[in-house]
Amino acid sequence: MTINESLVFERSMPGRQGYRLPALDVDETLLDELLPADLRRDDDLEGMPELSEPDVVRHFTRISTWNYNIDLGMYPLGSCTMKYNSRLNERVARIGGFGNLHPLASDEDAQGALQVIYELQHHLSEITGLPGISLQPAAGAHGEMTGVMLIRAFLDARDGVGEGDAPRRHLMLIPDSAHGTNPASAHLSGFTVKTIRSTPEGQTDLEHLREICATGDVAGLMLTNPNTVGLFERDIREICRIVHEAGGLVYMDGANMNALVGVARPGDMGVDVIHLNLHKTFSTPHGGGGPGSGPCCCTTELEPFLPVPRVVRDGEGFKFDFNFPRSIGRVKAFYGNFGMFTRALSYILTHGPDGLREATEAAVLNARYIAHALTSDYDKPFDAPPMHEVVFTDKRQSRKGVHTLDIAKRLIDYGFHPMTIYFPLIVQGAMLIEPTESVGRQEIQQFIDAMRAIAREAQDTPDLVINAPHTTRIGRLDEAAAARKPVLRWKPEEKATAA
Amino acid sequence: MSNIPENLHYSKDHEWIGVEGDTGTVGITDHAQHALGDVVYVELPKVGDQFESHQSFGSVESVKAVSELYMPVAGEIVEVNESLQDEPEKVNTDPYGAAWMVRVRITEAGAVDKLMTAAEYEDYTKAETE
Amino acid sequence: MRYIPNSPDERAEMLRTVGLNAPEELFSSIPADIILKRQLDLPAALSEMELLARFEAIAAHNTAARRPNFLGAGAYSHYSPTIIDSLIQRSEFFTAYTPYQPEVSQGTLQVIFEFQTMVCQLTGMEVANASMYDGSTSVAEAVLMAERVTRRRKVIVSPALHPEYLQVAQTYVSHAGIELAQTGFDEQAGRTTLDDATIDEQTAAVVVQSPNFYGCVEDLESLAERTHAAGALLIVAVTECASLGLLRSPGACGADIVVAEGQSLGVPLGYGGPYLGLFATREKFARQMPGRLVGVAADKEGRRGFVLTLATREQHIRREKATSNICTNEGLIALIATIYMTTMGRRGLQEVAMQCAQKAAYAARRIAELPGFSLPYAQTPRFNEFTVRAPVDAAELLRRLAREHNITGGLALSRYDPTRANDFLACVTETNPRAEIDALVAGLKALTA
Repeated sequence: MTINESLVFERSMPGRQGYRLPALDVDETLLDELLPADLRRDDDLEGMPELSEPDVVRHFTRISTWNYNIDLGMYPLGSCTMKYNSRLNERVARIGGFGNLHPLASDEDAQGALQVIYELQHHLSEITGLPGISLQPAAGAHGEMTGVMLIRAFLDARDGVGEGDAPRRHLMLIPDSAHGTNPASAHLSGFTVKTIRSTPEGQTDLEHLREICATGDVAGLMLTNPNTVGLFERDIREICRIVHEAGGLVYMDGANMNALVGVARPGDMGVDVIHLNLHKTFSTPHGGGGPGSGPCCCTTELEPFLPVPRVVRDGEGFKFDFNFPRSIGRVKAFYGNFGMFTRALSYILTHGPDGLREATEAAVLNARYIAHALTSDYDKPFDAPPMHEVVFTDKRQSRKGVHTLDIAKRLIDYGFHPMTIYFPLIVQGAMLIEPTESVGRQEIQQFIDAMRAIAREAQDTPDLVINAPHTTRIGRLDEAAAARKPVLRWKPEEKATAA
Repeated sequence: MSNIPENLHYSKDHEWIGVEGDTGTVGITDHAQHALGDVVYVELPKVGDQFESHQSFGSVESVKAVSELYMPVAGEIVEVNESLQDEPEKVNTDPYGAAWMVRVRITEAGAVDKLMTAAEYEDYTKAETE
Repeated sequence: MRYIPNSPDERAEMLRTVGLNAPEELFSSIPADIILKRQLDLPAALSEMELLARFEAIAAHNTAARRPNFLGAGAYSHYSPTIIDSLIQRSEFFTAYTPYQPEVSQGTLQVIFEFQTMVCQLTGMEVANASMYDGSTSVAEAVLMAERVTRRRKVIVSPALHPEYLQVAQTYVSHAGIELAQTGFDEQAGRTTLDDATIDEQTAAVVVQSPNFYGCVEDLESLAERTHAAGALLIVAVTECASLGLLRSPGACGADIVVAEGQSLGVPLGYGGPYLGLFATREKFARQMPGRLVGVAADKEGRRGFVLTLATREQHIRREKATSNICTNEGLIALIATIYMTTMGRRGLQEVAMQCAQKAAYAARRIAELPGFSLPYAQTPRFNEFTVRAPVDAAELLRRLAREHNITGGLALSRYDPTRANDFLACVTETNPRAEIDALVAGLKALTA
């Protein structure tokens, strides 16, 4: 679709209207009595659009066609788990009894919603092997923050910080391959970040971990498992033991749980606390950047510190319990992104235990298949067999001046969304590919064929790749110019020049 | 091959300093700007701020990276290149000229002598890239 | 499993291709002692029909969802045009990822740019981000940003800020070395007061909500003046965005950061989320903002497009030095708000606001006439919420109103403040026809006769 579509403000025509409200049916109060003039707007909401309903539908429909999406095809973004978002889950979330429910309704009047929360808590605890849980965090990074705040609170209580002069532990260890949210969340929770090296095999460097743990100030470790190069941390038990012996706790970033559901449980590995991404593993839609949901699961030792309120059993029913005096407090108003809970619960109940395991196997198999097929054309920096995602690099192609960014953009011309690029940071020119379980063999084969074709083009006609994409409405954008003189909003006076 | 003027002194953090009397002019090297890519923003200190050597005095940003700027010598800021606010791209086009970043009054005698010469810096960058 | 394309036979063949014999071998890198040796203890899979019946049955227990509702306090019943839900269910919007690849994400990017613009226009500010989780976390992030901008570590919060917002801010700043203090509160007027003893040269910001938690419109201009005199920033929180169709914008009153809960802009009540955090500020503070920003860019041919920009503030580049840890935000909910603001448009936003204010005025007048009832802040301008003082315990009164008259009458303020046993907060919007308001008044009268 190459049709052009202006900004909604440029489309606006004075006098057009896209809504109709019932006529006001109460006796009117004089405006000045309602609100004195000095408290009222005096700009007449200038700049807000004025459009008819068909204008609005066309506008948003047209610009929507400029988006790639899961329903269109494979979205191989590593660490993002772009799996199928079922319409059934959407329908469940829109049942009137959920959609129209006010968050401050009494517990008695919201038993259905509390049941959804309770059941989802129960199932996620079973999946992770960690009994404590809060669904309050609104996204992965929010769940991370909650998780490391639990660690902070637990350690302070255990070590008697605040009573006498017990020293507070400061170091949060984070592998160099971690997501950026890990150090940012640790910092927000008052920790000092210390980076742990990875080995050339793509595993956490145990020697480096032991060395730092020996310094004595270790509060914890934040570890993604499988890690961000797609490998299971095979020494996970030993890693947890080292950190625990040093007096710290282990936080697991659950971004990659899609490789483990039904196969292995973080609680059985020695992990103390984890967050899940319902918008990854449990298929709630990414929505172009959210909403997410980042439940936080933990051991019984950490449970007293979970955010309040928590949903508990109350006889035959359910209730909010606010009475947890050692809680870290609230991390969000109301009870989290409830609309994601109904969808995730629907996902779990649609699959059942065998279906969840089947999905995990299919996701790992798809990644393994791609890893196997592309090794002859692309540099694969780690020999070990990958779990649900596999990392390649542009090492061979860059000799011809073709880099990861170019390969990613060229993939668009073949009808695929690019993979995750330049992440993790420890792999130069990284291309991280996660197919998920939601793609069939033919489509995987098409993807493999496209990647092989691009590898050939990088040899024979590198300019074709370097100047990609060739099939989109716009080409590569000048991001440097955009950042130097940022234009972050439309302004009325620009109307004449923007057209 | 990056450009390394003879008359300047160089730090391991890829800053250069040109000295006249007790005043030094500081910027980042051609090698550094090249590694960074298109510079989009430069954050600089205020006149009067004091820094130790190796202390961060600001940062320089490309679209997808941030680099700290480190003082090659201890000193007090006496002038800041305000023009980089509007034209950060000068760091790419003229790193040793129009894109000087700050002028400092050098407070540590002999500090400049501890820095690298152009020849030493060239060897240093070669070793670093290998 | 019907969501998995490859059949068991196809998977067996793929396994052979990669040199494996059984699916268990896919997990050979996981040590045997941590492999789960049993099936997960979860309910067996349900068919679509069974699943829908089950959820319908669960949802039926949400009795509050079917009643006339006068409950607000941070979440509001508003009319949402039908086209919103049909547009957001387009695959191109709801199944897309964060727009990191601009060539295949222009739809999402243009929406965010339009959203940023409308948030600026509504709040009277210069720049707005692509969204935060909700109003409460926006307040917390604004407090952290004020510390970055001013390098001061004391933040004064109005006691008339939504109590749950305050709780969230307390959690967020608990390890940031920021001290939270309280402004004064005029119990006669129901408004925030700021005296010279509280605000000083250590103060980074003053946080005030308007209309405040008790429904009163604050005098933002004079609060801004006092705040700025101390060199601090004024953070204005808005929980009811419908008010911005009528009230002078916080930006026009001198706010430095405006944070809001955008749920009123077409987002379902949905038991508290997903909602939409709005975050807007002055251009000079743009580089200290949390969250994503979309800006205009051009390709080689000079065609206009949009990209994520100023990303060096964010966690994926600056890691522990980032302005926030936020990554995933509320993209699809920002789309709802954008379509809402476009469909209702300039006139609709004004009409909704006017109807809310008119209906609330009518309801307040009728309730105040009831024997034993009063409005403690009757003299202070309000929008669509107001505090009522009942002659009896408000929580019990509202419970009986729900049971005996099938009306959710508001929020008993004792939930957050035990000293306010007889007070409740009522909210009226364009979705409450006069007949419902009259039924509310009649119910209150009957229960206190």
